[in-house]
Amino acid sequence: MPKYEPILLKNMMQPGYTGSLPEYERAGGYQALRNVLGKVTPAEVTAVVMKSGLRGRGGAGFPTGVKWGFLPKDYQGPRYLCCNADESEPGTFKDRQLIERDPHQLLEGMLLACYAIGAASSYIYIRGEFVLGAKILEAAIKEARAAGYVGKNILGTGVSIDIWVHRGAGAYICGEETALLESLEGKRGLPRVKPPFPATHGLYNKPTVVNNVETLANLPHIMNRGAEWFASIGSPPKSTGTRVFCVSGHVARPGNYEVPMGITFRELIYEQAGGMRSDKKLKAFIPGGASAPFLTPDHLDVKLDFESVALAGSMLGSGGVTVMEEGTDMVWAALRLMEFFYHESCGKCSPCREGSSWLVQIMRRIVNKRGRMADLETLTDLCKNIAGRTVCAFGDAEVSPILSTLKHWRHEYVTYIHAAEAANLIRPEPAGAKH
Amino acid sequence: MLKEKYQAEIDEILSRYPVKRSALLPLLYLAQREEGYVTETAMQEIAGILKLTPPQVYETATFYTMLNLKPVGKFHLQVCKSLMCALVGSDTVIGWIGTKLRIKPGETTQDRLFTLSIVECLAACGTGPMMQVNDDYYERLTEEKLDRILADLRQTGTSSLKTGPFMWPEPSGAKS
Repeated sequence: MPKYEPILLKNMMQPGYTGSLPEYERAGGYQALRNVLGKVTPAEVTAVVMKSGLRGRGGAGFPTGVKWGFLPKDYQGPRYLCCNADESEPGTFKDRQLIERDPHQLLEGMLLACYAIGAASSYIYIRGEFVLGAKILEAAIKEARAAGYVGKNILGTGVSIDIWVHRGAGAYICGEETALLESLEGKRGLPRVKPPFPATHGLYNKPTVVNNVETLANLPHIMNRGAEWFASIGSPPKSTGTRVFCVSGHVARPGNYEVPMGITFRELIYEQAGGMRSDKKLKAFIPGGASAPFLTPDHLDVKLDFESVALAGSMLGSGGVTVMEEGTDMVWAALRLMEFFYHESCGKCSPCREGSSWLVQIMRRIVNKRGRMADLETLTDLCKNIAGRTVCAFGDAEVSPILSTLKHWRHEYVTYIHAAEAANLIRPEPAGAKH
Repeated sequence: MLKEKYQAEIDEILSRYPVKRSALLPLLYLAQREEGYVTETAMQEIAGILKLTPPQVYETATFYTMLNLKPVGKFHLQVCKSLMCALVGSDTVIGWIGTKLRIKPGETTQDRLFTLSIVECLAACGTGPMMQVNDDYYERLTEEKLDRILADLRQTGTSSLKTGPFMWPEPSGAKS
């Protein structure tokens, strides 16, 4: 038996559960929808979600009910819900499991959210690589439509909600909500300047809510069991409920673990994920996806909730915990992540577009033992001039691997540079040299 | 021409959106499915269907890495090299494939069967090293597994080693 009661993963942990409609219904599925549609007002649904303390599971952790509350109340035209299933943050693989193993849980959550915000159309923006996930969702929507849960006049209540699957085509930035909307409109996925926010000017310039898969999957449970129940789990008052943490890297049992927020990293890594894979000790871990600054063994007793991780100088982000053992080269690790950000920078803002390329070049120079001490200053300087100077949060994210490894493992950079100096490799480079 | 062959499918795609341009990515996928990559002719035809200019289609198509603007092999091997996979050996996997197929990343074998690409995170970090071959994921790769996958692909066009609906760690009581 698992130590903590699973909520989102409960159904799929039953042996033989396939996620089909009859099985989901047998497990109590679509009961929340039956109890809500036509019986509870949309405003009351929003109030329950607000009271539950549910916060976005995609990375930013914005309170879901508050986000819904930003939609203009007197607006008569169409509104939209977009489910963000563009799971691309390195280290994160929870939405994939929620989609492929229990698709109706997500659909029910979407229907409840649509009802609360008054949306008649909704789109699941799923990353293009999840071909299987898109097929499973399409089959599930078909089942739900045939059973009267999706489409016109749902369960005879007069409420009509439609759901479509829209596949992305390989762009990390489309997980940023306004880039997602651009992409859904058939354009390049470039984040929009905010304000205006999607709540007033979203998809097709109409009021829109964008919520992550895990966020939406929580809704049926909140409506079934109540806001008080949800708010009592985890680390109230600010981090309520469970999170599906994705543990990867050098642990014995990598995978998805659903635990209440507020347990420590030590418990997640050593009890849930079985500890390190060998007798090498833990050297570093990333607490919330590639965008979150690295932490050290000193931070193992930090609690897994939004505030505690922020206080430790990082962020809970998307819940992707990556563990690195003793012997991992931190300069190499930072370069790998930097290469990711360089590849994925959308090119809209010059600090990020040019800066990411410069950062990668300097990092490669250091790793190739051609670096010099002044490079460390240049790295820091560049990072400080990218963060906070871009349209979206990507700029803040891309500097975190370098800044945090420089902070905790500066000596490893210095060792590379000393090796370069000792070998007398540093000579003026020919103009246009690339690393 | 796409329109003659897939009129019903195109109509169904268009019916999902209140604004035509939203159908651009789905139609580009349709074109890629048809020819293996997105041709200039297809982009021009799609521009006509959606009442866009050809540059509007082109600028969108070039933004997304999954849309191939050049022909690729019958099997497109895409190995993830992001940090999480690299920690558990993705560079070794890239090396194996390179030696076995005698191609470098970005190249296609002479028989046009395999193209090797190196890609960024595919959201399978707990089951690395991994790769995507066309539509399918292959995870927890080992050298033996890779040999079998390549042999299966050559012989039957697919492999039973591909991943089904994802769950990791597997639920207790399930077959491993």
